[in-house]
Amino acid sequence: MSAVIDSHGHDHGHHDHHGGYSGLMRWITTTNHKDIGTLYLWFSFTMFMVGGVMALAIRLELFQPGIQFFNPDLFNQFITMHGLIMVFGAIMPAFVGFANWQIPMMIGAPDMAFARLNNWSFWLLPFAASLLIISFFTPGGAPGVGWTLYAPLTVQMGVGMDLTIFAVHLLGMSSILGSINIITTILNMRAPGMTLMRMPLFCWTWLITAYLLVAAMPVLAGAVTMSLTDRHFGTSFFNAAGGGDPVLYQHIFWFFGHPEVYIIALPAFGVVSQVIPAFSRKPLFGYASMVYATSAIAILSFIVWAHHMYTVGMPVTGQLFFMYATTLIAVPTGVKVFNWVATMWKGSLTFETPMLFAIGFLFLFTLGGFTGLVLSLVPIDIQLHDTYYVVAHFHYVMVAGALFAAFAGVYFWLPKWTGRMYDETLGKVHFWLTMIFFNMIFFVQHFLGLAGMPRRIPDYPLIFETWNKISSIGAFGFGLTQLLFLYIVLKAIRSGEKAPEKPWDGADSLEWTHLPTPAPYHSFENPPVLK
Amino acid sequence: MNAQQALGNRRMLTRLSIVAMAMFGFGFALVPFYDHICRALGVNSMVEKSESPADTRVDLARTVTIELDANAHGMPWRFQPTVRHLEVHPGELVHVEYEVANARGAPMTGQAVVSYGPALAGRYVKKLDCFCFTQQTLAAGETRRMPVTFVLDAGLPAEINTLTLSYTFFEVAGRS
Repeated sequence: MSAVIDSHGHDHGHHDHHGGYSGLMRWITTTNHKDIGTLYLWFSFTMFMVGGVMALAIRLELFQPGIQFFNPDLFNQFITMHGLIMVFGAIMPAFVGFANWQIPMMIGAPDMAFARLNNWSFWLLPFAASLLIISFFTPGGAPGVGWTLYAPLTVQMGVGMDLTIFAVHLLGMSSILGSINIITTILNMRAPGMTLMRMPLFCWTWLITAYLLVAAMPVLAGAVTMSLTDRHFGTSFFNAAGGGDPVLYQHIFWFFGHPEVYIIALPAFGVVSQVIPAFSRKPLFGYASMVYATSAIAILSFIVWAHHMYTVGMPVTGQLFFMYATTLIAVPTGVKVFNWVATMWKGSLTFETPMLFAIGFLFLFTLGGFTGLVLSLVPIDIQLHDTYYVVAHFHYVMVAGALFAAFAGVYFWLPKWTGRMYDETLGKVHFWLTMIFFNMIFFVQHFLGLAGMPRRIPDYPLIFETWNKISSIGAFGFGLTQLLFLYIVLKAIRSGEKAPEKPWDGADSLEWTHLPTPAPYHSFENPPVLK
Repeated sequence: MNAQQALGNRRMLTRLSIVAMAMFGFGFALVPFYDHICRALGVNSMVEKSESPADTRVDLARTVTIELDANAHGMPWRFQPTVRHLEVHPGELVHVEYEVANARGAPMTGQAVVSYGPALAGRYVKKLDCFCFTQQTLAAGETRRMPVTFVLDAGLPAEINTLTLSYTFFEVAGRS
């Protein structure tokens, strides 16, 4: 975001705060949390486009029954890489980008605790992404095993699988280092007077997310390492021929996988918890209960993993335990949803683009939560397991949950980051098109799943054709709409109107109250004075 | 950042790195842990021993016809059984062989997938050894004989007197 640099160049008239480098070297060597946040956000958007093209390839093939464009093997590679790239390349880095930009400004710290480590955490990502993309061009292509990388398929794949395993190692390392940085920053670097319970909720959700990452990501690294040694070093963790157990992989993977769901969702909750009070012009309702609910979700997320695998042949005792534990998560999640609604209750609401995305999030995420509740029930899940109902469910929480929150966050903080306003009319158009096309893609997939269409299959019987056509048309509309988002952001950076000091009068965290707009390159070198 | 804060940060970094490394180890600890917890609670019905000993007598009174079939799905492999059909008694140990030849001038890897006709008879075919258990890599022009050893379970429904064992080879891409 060049506007950030320019405005500072003019303010200070010198460039030595960029470490003496300019151009590309400046971005490679930067240790500034704002620069690194920007890098994360652009990287995430690039990966969002790459993963999006794969999603469009999938929907193109599913536009009508039969095999039209891609052979089943390539189709499987697309579904695998779409999942991996969107989860690890798009959504997670987007929220780490928000964390980098916002956390130091929100708690009154000059920068992240470990600035060089921060640089390294980011620069691991492009290498990991390259490995994933290179795997398409190896003999046998990218792995076609699904993003969950289930054994024993992983043991049978070609070289592409090894590249993917190393990519997951790098991605994991990046998230763990990033999380350690975030935890240390929040716990050690707060301005005097900024007690934990006075922090904006976004910082709280990230603190808890970072703990989840430190605890869960290494387990994934372990699981893929076991797959690697099964492939090349003669171990038999998952290889049934040598006495291993493929179901064991699923247990280990989902021990990581379920906390991962909240690793994606919690920062989104954090963004929404900043946006909704700002546009309701009321403080967040039930702040303390929000903190406790977030912690409760994080703790519960470690004891519900096997609800992803009810059909592996689990004893009834196991199914009952995981079913009850899973339905229990609805309680803290409900607390959060009710608190957001109560925040809006009798507020003086205005509906600028960030608020529209936050309300869109609230509606659709809750819907995704309800279908999750349906899937948590063993008798129903056995019927719906691996159908399009599951696909619809997790896209409601991943796209309408995390992605909508990310859009809300970008529109909300773009004036603070760049000092320029986005085009409000275009922003609203972006929201409504996104909202309509999103539901066009995924709402109908509930019907497909209930009718029994299995996921991850490139062909389907004729009876599923109508809903699939609607879904595919929606997908192309959704994809094109996101180019509008790129245009809106670029237009704001290049020629947007100058943003007022405080564009959102309900916003009350430190970056709005104690810093000028746009935020200076170095902020809070002296800690702010808090009353 | 003053020196005291930097020290505090570094201490935090060490602690959290230890947590991350411990969790990496924990992933491996889950392997024996799952095994023990399943045994202790008796929740894994998969590893339980069956209660009654199986009836292993050969039922000479009954004869079932086994038909053998072979296909190579889109692969330049000549694949056929050495005999087309044979008569077996339930409970008897049966050994048959298939022959496969790679007609391509380059090595190729395939995986055979079995199907049964009628499909519900499949669970009564207890395979002890089969070339379909592993991937087969054939050098250019190589010919190979491969075994299937199985026992037909005595529980096979009485109305089934012909059973087709059909194998199809699929190419494993990326492995040559």
